[in-house]
Amino acid sequence: MDLALKPEHKAFADEVRAFVHKTLLPATKAKTFAGKHYGRDDHVEWQQALGRQGWLPYTWPKKYGGPGWDVTQRFLFENVLAEEGAPRIIPFGVKMVGPVIYTFGNDEQKERFLPGIRSSEVQWCQGYSEPGAGSDLANLRTRAVRDGDHYIVNGQKTWTSFAHWADWIFCLVRTDPDTKPQEGISFLLLDMKTPGITVRPIIMMDGAHHVNDVFFDNVKVPVANRIGKEGEGWTCAKFLLANERLGIAEVPASKRGVRSLRDIARTEPQDGRTLADDPAFVAKIAEIDLQVQALEMSELRALSTMALGGAPGPEVSTLKIRGSEIQQRLAELAMEAVGEYAQPYQPGMLFQNTNETPIGPDHAPPAAPRYFNMRKTSIYGGSNEIQKNIVSKMVLGL
Amino acid sequence: MDLSLSDEQKQLQDAAERFVRDKYAFENRRKIVATDRGWLTENWTQMAELGWLGMAFKEEDGGYGGGPIETMIVMEQFGKGLVLEPFLPTVVLGGGMIAAAGSPAQKEALLAPMIEGKKQFAFAWLERQSRYNLADVSLKATKEGNGWSLSGHKGVVYNAASADNIIVLARTSGGAREEKGLSLFVVDGKAKGLTRRDYPTQDSLRASELTFDKVSVGADAVLGKVDAAFPVVEEAVDRAIVALCAEATGCMDAINAATLEYIKTRKQFGVPIGKFQVLQHRMVDCFTNAQEARWPARDWKCSAARSHVIRLVADAIALMNGGYLKLLRGR
Amino acid sequence: MDLAFTAEEQKFADDVRAFVKANLPADVRDKVKNGKHLGRDDYMRWQQALGKKGWLVYTWPKKHGGPGFTPAQRYIFENVCAEEYAPGIIPFGTKMVGPVIYTFGNDEQKAKYLPAIRESTVWWCQGYSEPGSGSDLASLRTKAEKQGDHYIVNGSKTWTTMGHWADWIFCLVRTDSKAKPQEGISFLLIDMKTPGITVKPIIMMDGGHEVNEVFFDNVKVPVANLIGKENEGWTCAKFLLANERLGIAAVPQSKRGVEALKDIARAEQEDGKPLIENQGFAEKIADLEIQVTALEFTELRVLSQMAQGGQPGPEVSGLKVRGSEIQQRITELTMEAVGEYAAPYLPGLLWQGTNEAPVGPEYAHLAAPRYFNTRKTTIYGGSNEIQKGIISKMVLGL
Repeated sequence: MDLALKPEHKAFADEVRAFVHKTLLPATKAKTFAGKHYGRDDHVEWQQALGRQGWLPYTWPKKYGGPGWDVTQRFLFENVLAEEGAPRIIPFGVKMVGPVIYTFGNDEQKERFLPGIRSSEVQWCQGYSEPGAGSDLANLRTRAVRDGDHYIVNGQKTWTSFAHWADWIFCLVRTDPDTKPQEGISFLLLDMKTPGITVRPIIMMDGAHHVNDVFFDNVKVPVANRIGKEGEGWTCAKFLLANERLGIAEVPASKRGVRSLRDIARTEPQDGRTLADDPAFVAKIAEIDLQVQALEMSELRALSTMALGGAPGPEVSTLKIRGSEIQQRLAELAMEAVGEYAQPYQPGMLFQNTNETPIGPDHAPPAAPRYFNMRKTSIYGGSNEIQKNIVSKMVLGL
Repeated sequence: MDLSLSDEQKQLQDAAERFVRDKYAFENRRKIVATDRGWLTENWTQMAELGWLGMAFKEEDGGYGGGPIETMIVMEQFGKGLVLEPFLPTVVLGGGMIAAAGSPAQKEALLAPMIEGKKQFAFAWLERQSRYNLADVSLKATKEGNGWSLSGHKGVVYNAASADNIIVLARTSGGAREEKGLSLFVVDGKAKGLTRRDYPTQDSLRASELTFDKVSVGADAVLGKVDAAFPVVEEAVDRAIVALCAEATGCMDAINAATLEYIKTRKQFGVPIGKFQVLQHRMVDCFTNAQEARWPARDWKCSAARSHVIRLVADAIALMNGGYLKLLRGR
Repeated sequence: MDLAFTAEEQKFADDVRAFVKANLPADVRDKVKNGKHLGRDDYMRWQQALGKKGWLVYTWPKKHGGPGFTPAQRYIFENVCAEEYAPGIIPFGTKMVGPVIYTFGNDEQKAKYLPAIRESTVWWCQGYSEPGSGSDLASLRTKAEKQGDHYIVNGSKTWTTMGHWADWIFCLVRTDSKAKPQEGISFLLIDMKTPGITVKPIIMMDGGHEVNEVFFDNVKVPVANLIGKENEGWTCAKFLLANERLGIAAVPQSKRGVEALKDIARAEQEDGKPLIENQGFAEKIADLEIQVTALEFTELRVLSQMAQGGQPGPEVSGLKVRGSEIQQRITELTMEAVGEYAAPYLPGLLWQGTNEAPVGPEYAHLAAPRYFNTRKTTIYGGSNEIQKGIISKMVLGL
């Protein structure tokens, strides 16, 4: 066991930092630190810059056009990006469908889809959840019926993040309704421009538009767009979910969250001093800081095991649980730190579409929207209760 | 950065695990608790023979060149059986401070025999008012000829009754709670003017209240520089905290394993109680807590780790139906 | 709803306080105040004093020899007793078997057993749990077979609190092993001096002897000792458990516990100042106090519903859950307040069996034994998981 960084890793971190300094647009960076909503361009321009550098698919092996980094390099890359205020890499292409395609796809599919993912020329979204299939994902009902060289797809997906920005969607569809739920599912790639697809926004409480309903009405999809064999889509689904759970702990972002919480506490006045002089509040920050560090250590251990060969195991479910709880706790503490000035609702400040000035301090307007938005973390990516069931069954043998 | 154990470290872990399995079955432990000193010479000798008493020290100090990771590996296994031999006060605290601040003569006289299993130590820092402030020390050491005279009180000194030497944190100058003005003295466990009140602790270790009434020591009893002991103590205590955290994680693992076994076998309502989702989720919380408690490995100089880990242990001990009852019936 | 006390109620509180001051033996008061273990005689002296006054059975209606207190009077009585460091009334006679006897027993049984319970001349214990029947109480196997005018009882009970001090035990026994589990159970009163009964101590971690195993080997019990009809004991059992849950919240004791914690925090020094001036610690105490107050009002609400007529409903399970969690939290914070001096183990001081002086402050040696002992509260009287199961089913309809 050796926890120190080697000199070449330090040099690597410097290289990444220099790249971010040079490349990340100041306006995008400013949004990150102000907690404001990004536009599509913020994401796409940043991801394409990473793509040109060859770093966007940073978890991919060399063979498929990734940089072939070791666990430490990935860890450093994620941390430097978060520290420097880069937007989160949207996972649907590089972290989700990409690895599914290079693991389960055929050569033609790899050639056709991987370049657009690596360069972020093509934006992806995820068609998993349905109105009747949430925690019980295998209950999904979106139907794909074979018709010669095509499938005809009918049904509905929901909670589809960034579907309104996406060029393509990967979907779990039911190709055989007569077998066991998990066995009749296939993994399909759909061009969002195909006739019959409708995207309907779901608007959040704070006015933000992240998620959507996606409707499929006799959508014609070439059989060549199916990944893996028909009826074996559940294998892809599980593979993808385990990958999702790993990144979903959002440790680098939470580390940044702790720092910005400290910054807020240093500026918020209390009893003629600042909130950072209140030992009880400082103790709360210290506690969440410890939890973040503990989680980081657990994630490193999981990564380290993966480095020795092997896919992420069911233990990553615990990372998702703790990571989501920490994100919520950080948002709660930020609300507590901001105090009364968390109340004014200033959507213009969040979306940068007005010149209005903030009513309280600059950091106040996003606090409440973020607090409410973070309620999702213990539900999405498989609810925390589902994760606990997984650990209970797969790790503890209960 | 590499989080896996080296081959030597794995061997160490295996050996420590075997030691605990062989020597610390619950009934055995009760027998050891009931002995006069509360620990066994044969176990201590075996630890010396296995090299555990010297593994964390530099080779030039007579050790085997390991570090805090090795200490943690052993302590984690000790936690699984709540080992009673005074490894922490003697090796981690006493040995640690002598290695960090001792003169070559002190290292030869104290550290070398400790590594061979022939000397034990205790560290006396706490006083009634100190709480967790290491600098809240009022026991006074005053100049007396070439040497010093110590007077005052020290509390909850682990292993004082068995220790050949007691390392005493004393005030040589400065006001209450000042970090500057503290010095360390190596005092013979049987020194004239030193009286003890010995007692067992809640976890069946042994500790003492010590009263120093003009205890005289020579100039060579000073460990490190006069008035400048605080950083030495702070570092030793940080290392001890990490060692304790490792012990606690081992303890949690053992409790979790016992509880898991119990909820798989204890039947109510016709099924093992582990079939109930509410208990499954509690068990997952215990398991996750134990995993998370492992983190101080990365940054061992972090005292704050302590409260976090202790809370996790408390959570783990506050187990489910029955599991805790076994613990209650333990002593 | 009227939360203020009337002039008569104020006067009643003064009367109770004067009575406790005049009749609670000073040595018993000191033991309670200092958290030491009490002996059988300590309880008996106090309970018999209450018995003479007619207040021991303070929850009983006048008809059965109780004082017929209103809910407000009961509340005042409990609180004043706790404030004045009276020992908790042992519930087995007065709160458990007594109400079962006057609710389900015949006149002869009432005449035989109730006076001694009211006067505390007979010590009762409870024979419910068995090695194989904890949460699943209805699976109990202690068997009572009818032979003429007697039952022959065989089996064992466990976790029998103060069984070693008891004159009588009330037991759930199986009288029909072919019926559904709940339908073959009867409620029997057994004299502990009957041949064939063996009491074996279970010694706790702190060396204390509270609980026992009780073995029955061909114990001959008159049929006249059966309460209610044969095989209808489950009705008595449920009635009793609901009563148990009400008192088990231990609100007055927790209020006293918070005050004791504050005293410790005033006495303990940190950096040359009293610990209670540490803002973070003071907030923890405040948080606890708020929880105790909230629980108290919840309990008052339940009592006031009962005053309108009716038995305690399944809502009392919520009181048990919260009350037990609060009791544990008090002991945790007490450990934290005491610090290093919680470590010495001084059993002589707990049992008053020696004259040894305490190591550190008087209150210190109690902190750890209490902390460990209080782990039981979330398990006994029906574990908190069982209570939540009851609320989920009976209150929420899940």
